[in-house]
Amino acid sequence: MTEPLRRPKRKNPVLRTRLPVLPPWTRSRVALGLTAAAAEGRFALQVCANCGAVQYPPREACYRCLSDRLPWREQTGEGQLISQTLLRHSHDIFFRERVPWRLGMVQLDAGPTVVAHLHGDVGSPPARVRVGARLDKAGMGVLVGFPQKDVPNMADDRQLREMTCDPKYRKVLITDGKTRVGQALTRAVIGAGADLVWVGHAEPWKQFPGLAELKELPQVSLVPLDVTDARSVKAAAGEFGVKVDILINNVELHRTSGIAARYGTDVARAEMEVNYLGLLRLAQEFGPVMRARGADGQSSAVAWVNLLSIFALSNFHAHGTYSASKAAALSLAQCLRAEMQPAAVRVINVFPGPIEDEWNQLLPPPKIAPEPLARAVVNALRDGVEDVYPGDVAQEWLARWRENPKVLERELAGH
Amino acid sequence: LSRSGYQGIAVAVPVTVPYVRYSIRSAHWFIARALSALVERAGLEKAAVDGACISGFLLFPDTAVGLMQHLGLSPRWLDHIPMGGASAVVALRRALRAVQAGDAEIVACIAGDTNHVDSFRHTIASFSQFARDAVYPYGAGGPNASFAFLTDYFMRTRGAERADFGKLCVAQRHNALSFPHALFKKPLSMEEYLAARPIAEPLHLFDCVMPCAGAEGFLVMTEERARALGLPFARVRATVERHNAFPDDPIQIRGGWALERESLWNQAGLAPEDMNLVELYDDYPVITAMQLEDLGFCPSGEVVSLIRANTFTHDGSLPLNTSGGQLSVGQAGAAGGYLGMVEGLRQITGQSLGARVPGAQRGLVSGFGMINYDKGLCSGAVVLEAGQA
Repeated sequence: MTEPLRRPKRKNPVLRTRLPVLPPWTRSRVALGLTAAAAEGRFALQVCANCGAVQYPPREACYRCLSDRLPWREQTGEGQLISQTLLRHSHDIFFRERVPWRLGMVQLDAGPTVVAHLHGDVGSPPARVRVGARLDKAGMGVLVGFPQKDVPNMADDRQLREMTCDPKYRKVLITDGKTRVGQALTRAVIGAGADLVWVGHAEPWKQFPGLAELKELPQVSLVPLDVTDARSVKAAAGEFGVKVDILINNVELHRTSGIAARYGTDVARAEMEVNYLGLLRLAQEFGPVMRARGADGQSSAVAWVNLLSIFALSNFHAHGTYSASKAAALSLAQCLRAEMQPAAVRVINVFPGPIEDEWNQLLPPPKIAPEPLARAVVNALRDGVEDVYPGDVAQEWLARWRENPKVLERELAGH
Repeated sequence: LSRSGYQGIAVAVPVTVPYVRYSIRSAHWFIARALSALVERAGLEKAAVDGACISGFLLFPDTAVGLMQHLGLSPRWLDHIPMGGASAVVALRRALRAVQAGDAEIVACIAGDTNHVDSFRHTIASFSQFARDAVYPYGAGGPNASFAFLTDYFMRTRGAERADFGKLCVAQRHNALSFPHALFKKPLSMEEYLAARPIAEPLHLFDCVMPCAGAEGFLVMTEERARALGLPFARVRATVERHNAFPDDPIQIRGGWALERESLWNQAGLAPEDMNLVELYDDYPVITAMQLEDLGFCPSGEVVSLIRANTFTHDGSLPLNTSGGQLSVGQAGAAGGYLGMVEGLRQITGQSLGARVPGAQRGLVSGFGMINYDKGLCSGAVVLEAGQA
């Protein structure tokens, strides 16, 4: 059974800081289908549309009937562990630092045999296992064999923790504590075992509801942070940036107008200042030090979470300038992801539908409440997922957008 | 399937370019040295070699074609065999037919590779698309990890113990002690074998082949030509190859030999017990054990009894890998697939460099190559017999 994780000791300044390196990241283009599904927390394999044969490793033609129609389909991952090894030697510097490393060959009930990382709680072969897909430190989809039933402290498995961003014993910055979402996020990461949570508030002289109660939590430290002010962001990064393991950027400015309903650019500019340039300022100040700490012991810097919006995918004209600022933020977040990847820091983008807050008063339900949104963020950290679409509205928009973005554009224009 | 034999064709001039652990030379250098040794030993002008069969992992970006310009050869028949450990068997099969058909008169079959301090890592990191996508990212253990899976499964299904594999390794080391090119020159005891450090459990140090640099080669020509040149030669009684056998097996417990065994022994008109020596591909002992079953030296599933009943030494019963095999000589990339062939040729043509198996007239040589994903895909075997000069 997995030993529960212990609170890490204070870092010994005499010892070297382990520098971030990545496990092997080269993949063929076709194999990236596994990564694309894993980025959303799904385990998918190619299944022949002609004869139904499940394929692995990924390929260009069905091994049975040679059809090239091989769509990715979600798998249960049920299978039998038929062989295992405990690797004590590796040719790669990432694994050299982390051996011994347990691996298995699993014959999936669906057909193919897969090589997988093996969770410590899986029994010796022959044993039943459940294979799931995770993103590894290189951001690439890999397969993991899990015990068939959940066991205590499962997430604390040493190998699994290299693929997840679990908040347990980690230090978290939440950039805005004045909103109900920010407060729910704070409580959720504390519930998940976070050691310390810095909670930003841009205007310390304003008394927002809930903030006083938040301050009473022993893990919470309220810090002044105004993402529109470069000096404020720099000061915060200088003060505690070197300790931030997970940064959750939830600060946003949300006004409800398109182009025609509000003359001038002031509001749009303010949205961009917070939603787009705010992210840029944070990334420039906190990014470098987080990159340096990508492999810094048990509680290394692991994740950067952006609270975006499903409106980032396709403009919702009633909230048109807000949508545009979130689309800009999404694009910048992709840039950040590419830049954080070499340091093994995961960028997680969260795309909620309308949140149950004052700026969505006029939108009909269903809307996502702050608590389930916060839970979705914590789950994404725990599962190491990269793109999250929490709530029914987000899921529906996503499905419509995936099916045909042009059709969705026309549908939204009709609102 | 009715196959014609290889009457009138000779295999001669087994050469080895001495092995070194690391080299600053390229694969081209090693192959050039082998060709030079082949023509010198045969007493031929280089231009007399009108066919070539080349293997080498580290020739990239070149293939056999570019190498011909490099070496100043103008062959009328050329093949590049990228099949790793099966290269020698496959090259021999191709060359035999080329000479038999009159497409070439003298075919040089050569495999060579270098080994720089960091080249093995590059080789395994980009070994194949499937390996790069679905194996290497899992711990980057290379062949050690792949064979650890096969060994773990084999031990469980066959009831084999570490000491059974140890027996093969210790016997091969005994054989290597008199072989001048072996990189391992110290005796190995069972105690040392069992006490070795783990590499990829259940594999330990002496189960794992050591990469090195070197080259091996031989010539294929008509018997008439071999006699005219005064070269001792071997005849080929039978050959087989099979690729991607048993694709539906969830894990490899047998190779293509199991499908081709009957064809091999039928073509040879001989049986396993007629062999004076066997040279089996041995990058890891589990593969040797698998082949002993697949090639008919014991019934399927009973290799453990066979191992316990034989000595496998050059001076004992069922002489196996008489030069020490790759496990004691070293694995010079694609030349690893040639080691047994060249040693087998030496033994049955009376040219052995180390201890000679008494009365060696007939031998079996196998090849096994290319763990593309989970299984070694290429298997092959030949039956050699001493020719009369």
